[in-house]
Amino acid sequence: MIELRGVRKSFGATVALERTDLAFPPGATTALIGPSGCGKSTLLRLLLGLVAPSEGDVLFDGEPLAPGNLAAVRHRVGYVVQDGGLFPHLTARENVVLLARHLKTPEERRRRRLRELSELVKLPDAALDRYPGELSGGQRQRVALMRALLLEPAALLLDEPLAALDPLVRSSLQEDLREIFRRLGATTVFVTHDMAEAAYLADHIVLMREGRIVQRGTAADLRDSPAEPFVSSFLRAQRRVAF
Amino acid sequence: MLLAASAAAAQRPVVIGSKKFTESYVLGEIATRSLQRAGVSAEHRAGMGGTIILWEALVGGSIDAYPEYTGTIAQEILKLSGRPTREDLSAALAARGVAMGAPLGFENTYALVVAPARARTLGLARISDLSRHPGLVFGLTHEFLDRADGWRPLAAAYDLSPGRVAGIDHALGYEALRHGSIDVKDAYSTDARIAQDGLVVLEDERRFFPDYQAVFLHRSVIAPRAAAAIASLSGTIDAARMRSLNSTAERAKDYAAGADAYFGGRPSAREGRARRILRLTARHLELVAASLLLAVAIGLPLGIRASRPGPASQIILGATGVVQTIPALALLALLVPVPFLGIGPATAVVALFLYSLLPIVRGTATGLASIPPALTETAESLGLPAWTRLRAIDLPLASRAIVAGIQTSAVIDVGAATLAALIGAGGLGEPIISGLNLNDHATILEGAIPAAILALAVQAGFGLIERIVVPRGLRLPKIES
Repeated sequence: MIELRGVRKSFGATVALERTDLAFPPGATTALIGPSGCGKSTLLRLLLGLVAPSEGDVLFDGEPLAPGNLAAVRHRVGYVVQDGGLFPHLTARENVVLLARHLKTPEERRRRRLRELSELVKLPDAALDRYPGELSGGQRQRVALMRALLLEPAALLLDEPLAALDPLVRSSLQEDLREIFRRLGATTVFVTHDMAEAAYLADHIVLMREGRIVQRGTAADLRDSPAEPFVSSFLRAQRRVAF
Repeated sequence: MLLAASAAAAQRPVVIGSKKFTESYVLGEIATRSLQRAGVSAEHRAGMGGTIILWEALVGGSIDAYPEYTGTIAQEILKLSGRPTREDLSAALAARGVAMGAPLGFENTYALVVAPARARTLGLARISDLSRHPGLVFGLTHEFLDRADGWRPLAAAYDLSPGRVAGIDHALGYEALRHGSIDVKDAYSTDARIAQDGLVVLEDERRFFPDYQAVFLHRSVIAPRAAAAIASLSGTIDAARMRSLNSTAERAKDYAAGADAYFGGRPSAREGRARRILRLTARHLELVAASLLLAVAIGLPLGIRASRPGPASQIILGATGVVQTIPALALLALLVPVPFLGIGPATAVVALFLYSLLPIVRGTATGLASIPPALTETAESLGLPAWTRLRAIDLPLASRAIVAGIQTSAVIDVGAATLAALIGAGGLGEPIISGLNLNDHATILEGAIPAAILALAVQAGFGLIERIVVPRGLRLPKIES
């Protein structure tokens, strides 16, 4: 269970996130959506302690994030960024098992997880021995996903995981991600600026604007009972692009 | 107690220093041979950087004796005014633990010399004659320009205002005089070149230059047998003999030949050229390797610290940058009086280390700071301990910039290490410096060619090191997704 309690974040005079209370339903998928600069990526980073709140607490299983438990929490959370964040000096396989190796996870378990995950994310075995520079953009995201999932995390956080991909690869990965999220059952939070993607992948949508949560609910809630005119105009603008 | 002290003294050879001009080399060699003939183990650190370096080395105990001139002792070392007697000098030196031997038998004072043709046409015989020809070009050694008994007070005493005053190396100055690119030069009155080129020594009719009796300075504590061997040289060399020894050394392009002549012309056993180059190259490599290892060991952590923004980063980069702006010779001179350093390889290694710090620190800092933000964030999100993250992620990602920094340092080191010879640390600078003083190109190349080859080899070697150190994944040609 991940929760923001009275969290506010400002960088100098700029407020990135106004005082916010928000709980992410366990086992479900939540999309953080909104225009650029609305604070959705900052919110995601707060969950992992990559930025520290100016006020309030981020709670993980009821415990506030603190320097003392940060590493332990991060070991239980998978994180995927826009272009994968794969380390170019390591092969795909080395990237995937980097943390497991540091935590001295048994070799046997590592090998089993690699097998399961390459099947789950549909990555050919041969690709595992290549360097990130030798993989396609879609393959890199699949490897990043394997790395995030290797230790069977309680939560999975993704920051615009598909934004850098071309439309065909993107649509096929969207289908795969939907399947993966459903099978995993982990608490999943992803950031996107694409309403169609959010509606397709997420159970819950959190729509943000200028550091503030405008509305939360299902895609249908947002469409049928918009909290503000902005919600409708955001959806309309998206619909135009997405036909 | 006494026995232990004398046993320790017996193990360590007596070290004779000399300055980097012919006469000093020859005298240093004569003293070294004289000690060896008396059965005292001795070695010669030839051609060291200047009065201050030799004096500090003597007081600090890293050399035991060197030839000096009473005028220099009074003016430069003890900074006495007026015309102190030899007794005055001895008393002042004794207070610093240094003894002065009896005069060797000749005086080598400063003098101004002009080419014979120019002296004839302008009618120059005395220093005061120079004031009648304000357009003359003076080519003076840097030491003479800066000395308390050098150019400035001389110009004031004789009311000289020349057209131009240029700083020039002593040996090169004689060439410049011969080719007419300078008109007047400072000289030592026993310089072999005065007779060889028929130069006119201008009379110092106002007796501006003090006495420059040649003497040996040695540490008061050296073994009596060593002191006796040095004392035996007193009164054995008059001005004519010194000039002839200098001339012999310069004609043979070999300082040892001057010492051979002193001891009756029998040449001593000399090592072959190939052997000498090999020995000097090996020493050169030792200096470079030791200083580079030190610079990597210290520079890498400093660079890691400097990669994080903040005042500490500014201080580290600023301080290592400032060191780089100090001229190498000045850095050596500053380090010689530091306890435990003195004259020799240790000081050279420290100076080279300081010199090679900046490229390594900067390479490491920029390499780390230019890791893409997406990767630093991902690395952070893994929750690895700082040290593991540094070793497994950050340093490999920055490895290319780090190796490039170390490579730059290594190449700088190979060049800068030629200056190590100025403080008696050996290396390929030895033939370069002695060749410059002898105006002997073959000797210069004996040091310069191996140094250049070494620099190229280092450059090539790092291509190999990069293949080993920089991970393969970072050396791939990029493909588009």
